[in-house]
Order: sequence, then structure tokens, then C-alpha cells
Amino acid sequence: MAVTKTSEAFVPAKPAGPLSRWALRHVATSVGALGRLASQPFASLMTIMVIAVTLALPAAAHLIIKNVQSLSGNWENALDFSLYLEDGTSAEDATRLADLIRQRADVQAVTLILSDEALEEFKLQSGFGQTLDHLSVNPLPHTIVVRPATSNTEQSLTLMHEELENLPETEFVQADTEWVQRFHAILDIVQRAITIGGALLAAAIVVIIGNTIRLDIQNRREEIEVTKLIGASNGFVRRPFLYSGLWYGLGGGLLALLLVAYGMFALKEPAGRLAGLYNSSFSMLSLSLTESLAIAGTGVALGLAGSWLAVARHLRRIEPR
Amino acid sequence: MIRLEDVSKRFPGGQEALKHLTMSVDKGEMVFVTGHSGAGKSTLLRLIALIERPTGGQVIVDGQNTRRVSRRKIPAYRRQIGMVFQDHKLLYDRSVFDNVGLPLVIAGVSHRDAGRKVRAALDQVGLLQKEKRKPETLSTGEQQRVGIARAIVSRPKLLIADEPTGNLDPDLSLEVMRIFRRFNEVGVTLLIASHDIALIDQLGCRRIPLENGTVQVEQEEDFVSEYADEVRIGAEPRQWL
Repeated sequence: MAVTKTSEAFVPAKPAGPLSRWALRHVATSVGALGRLASQPFASLMTIMVIAVTLALPAAAHLIIKNVQSLSGNWENALDFSLYLEDGTSAEDATRLADLIRQRADVQAVTLILSDEALEEFKLQSGFGQTLDHLSVNPLPHTIVVRPATSNTEQSLTLMHEELENLPETEFVQADTEWVQRFHAILDIVQRAITIGGALLAAAIVVIIGNTIRLDIQNRREEIEVTKLIGASNGFVRRPFLYSGLWYGLGGGLLALLLVAYGMFALKEPAGRLAGLYNSSFSMLSLSLTESLAIAGTGVALGLAGSWLAVARHLRRIEPR
Repeated sequence: MIRLEDVSKRFPGGQEALKHLTMSVDKGEMVFVTGHSGAGKSTLLRLIALIERPTGGQVIVDGQNTRRVSRRKIPAYRRQIGMVFQDHKLLYDRSVFDNVGLPLVIAGVSHRDAGRKVRAALDQVGLLQKEKRKPETLSTGEQQRVGIARAIVSRPKLLIADEPTGNLDPDLSLEVMRIFRRFNEVGVTLLIASHDIALIDQLGCRRIPLENGTVQVEQEEDFVSEYADEVRIGAEPRQWL
């Protein structure tokens, strides 16, 4: 099945050893399979397009999630706990407590805001300066702002929250972080949904390629019979079909990367404008090299799986009559 | 080279194509299997090519009992035998060159060697000038010669042909037989199924007449068959070779 169109194409310079002859046969077969796809450009392109779109969907979704995560990653700064201390806690006690918390391994930074400082700041920022001067007592408590270390997980943060709340000096712990955590939980669900959807789409690709190869096998039934009749092994007959599947998968994978890249390009400008409105330095993440390779590789693997399925099911049954 | 011992072939439908057939072909012989259609000629060749398995008896080809050739070994077994078919069984989307070279590609012969061998085979059937043509642009006789070139390109010791002249007029048949004769002269064993008795008798080769799946014993010694006589009444015997 692997007779290349031009027989002079792969002339070895020297008499080939068994290994290079084997490699040469594979090269010839793969080029032959590629040539066969190229001989029906429209049909091949349609198949590749379907695979590309199917691969691009989960890839794009993954990329969006990745960007949103990186965006919310910037908000981790806002994961600070504010400890409002009990009324009547002395400045010394507050300082001691702040030092104590600072020693924890899971804490990155601690800022102590004494009640007097807080009042001064408030006077300056609120514009109520004169009015506030009339207060006989400072109504503001001492505040300790705790920034957890980045190594913390969601669970350890919850635990820290509880521990800080249980300190005797603490009156109230405010975590601005809860909605961020909820947001992350939602992202996790979405991510898992994408994984499930991706698996379904992968199965779809296997079926698409399997069916394409099955039709190809049926169209070439006579040819298969003839080659088997003159001594072709199952492996020999199988090889060009497996390579077809591989090329479909690779073509689909590469086209998917192109589609995702184009999508990114189209979103870059509006996303940049939005980020500008928020004075954010956010820039969109594109697919990394590893991710790109993984997408192309997935295409190849699914292509091979699909063609293998078709070949295993249909090729064995074709015997010369 | 070929030995059949008490071979029977019964098809699942109950139809018996061969019944207790015993025959042999020596190395270097050129033998014709004759008989009406349905006499079992094709089945006999299919047993030798391992397209079918006998339901009884032994088929021994070049010292190999075909019973011991497992399914996986069939391709390697078939590569030792050249096969020519009545309907040529060429691949019509490939050039003549690629068709003839197919057995070599299957066997993994390097391209340089293959090119040389393909041209030698095409030269032997007189089609060297047409290697780039597609089979459908050739005449039936030329297509059959492409089929023959493909059968001999890997230099098999045994060549089997099922009605190789079935679709050809007498002149083309003669040409094909001449080609076969030349192979025989260089030591190839040939087993040819044909009902063209007139042609066979002119060649003077041994005949194995089949009828209803078994050898007609009384005719085996007798080269001149009744059919041949009938044919000769009207036609002057031609100089075949």
C-alpha cells in the first residue's frame, strides 16, 4: 500500500542495514499516507477542521481559566486578615501579640496599627478632623493586619482564621478573602467540567478518525485484498492507515493551536483595554510550549487511537476471496 | 514441487469442490490443470495459495505442508509463490512500475534494487517502455503482462496462474504462453489452470484434467483430448512456439 509515487525519492546512499531499511519503509509509508491525504485535499481538510475545532474548544476553555486564575492570583494580596483587638487591650499587649504572630511560619508579614495611629489616619483621610477632635475617647481598636504566606492552602487559611479568632485579645477577625476563595472553588468546578467535556470531545475525535479510516478501508478494500494476495502481512496493510490517523491527528492538533492563537489575538485588544480601565498591568497568558506540545500530542495520540480502532475492527476481516 | 494427497474441499454450503484429489507437479515442470468451469481448477490453485484450506488431505508445496503454515505465516508463504489471475488484479491508481514493484515493497527490498528488478521483469514481458503508464491505459493483453511481471518480479520458484488467457484472444494468449514457456526454460515451475485445450495441446505440456473435483484417470496419459480434436477440425493447427 505504501508505494510512493516517485520511486527515486528515497534512494539510500549505501546498501541499507535492516534498521535503516525499516526506518526507510516507515518514512516511505508515512509520506505515502500524507500524499494520499493530499490527493483529496477537501475531504482531508474537512476531517482535520473537525478535529481542530474539537481540540480547540477545551484548549481555549483551559486558557481562559488559566488567565482568570492568574488574574485572581493578583488578588491574593487581598487575602489579608484584619484582627480587631478587644477594647482595653494595651498598646504593649498589642505589640507583643503582633510579634508573636509574626513568628508563625505560615505568616508572611504583620502590620500593627495602633488605635491612635488609626485615628490620626482617619482624621486625615475622612475630612472629619475637627469633629473628631471633640471625641473624649478613641473609638478605634488596635488592629493587626496579617498577611499569610503564599504557601498556605485553602484549608490552612481557614485554620489560621479560626486560630486568630480564638486568641483572647481578638474581638473580631475580618477576612476579605472569602469571596476570593468562593471564586476559586467555582473555578475548580469549571475546570473539572472542562476536563470532563474535554474527555468527551477526545472520545468524539477517536470516533471521527475511526470512522474516516473505516471509510478509507472500505474504499480500498480491493487494494487490500490484492496486496494480501501477493503476500502483504497485516502489519504492512495496517501501517498506511495508522499513519493516516497520525496525520489527521497532527494536522488537527496544529490547526487547533492556530485557532487558539487567533482567538487570543482577537481578545488581546479588548482585554488590554479592560485592564487599562482598572489600571492593571494584566497581560494575557498564551499557551506555553508544553501546553502547545500537549495539544499537538493529544491530537496525534487520538488520531492513532482512532485509526487503530478502525484497523483492528475492519482490516482483519478483509481476506482475499 | 507441489504434491496433493487425497485432498478434499467442501464448502460450508455442502458443495464439494475437490474430492480425494491426489496429484503432483515436479520441480521445473510446466503443467496445466484443465476442466470445465466448476471442475475445481480454481479451488485447487486457491488451496496452493492458501486462500482456502482443504477440509481433508495434505497440500505440500516446496516441501512445506500448508497445514503447518499458520495464519500469521501466510504472507511470508505467499511471497514465495508468483500468482497470475484472470482479472489481473492490478491496482488501477498506480503506475505499471508501482504495480510490478509492489511485491518488492512488501518484501522490504531497497528502492535501488527494486527499480532494477522491476525493469528486468518488465523487460521480460516486453513492457519496459510503458512503466509510467496507468494500467487502464493499456490493452487487456498488456495488463495481463503487467500481472505476470508482478508475479515474477521477486523470482519465485513456483508460479501459479488461474485462467491467465481467459480474457485474451488467441494471438495474445499465445504471447502469454510464450512468456510462461520462457520462465519454465529458466527453471520456474508453473501450474496453470486453463480450459483452452487447443492451446495447451499445442504446447505439449502435461495436463491434469479435472472433473467434478477429481482427476479423470483415464485421460491423464492421453494428451490429445476429445475437445482438442473438435477444435482442430475447423482450424489449422497454428505454430505456437
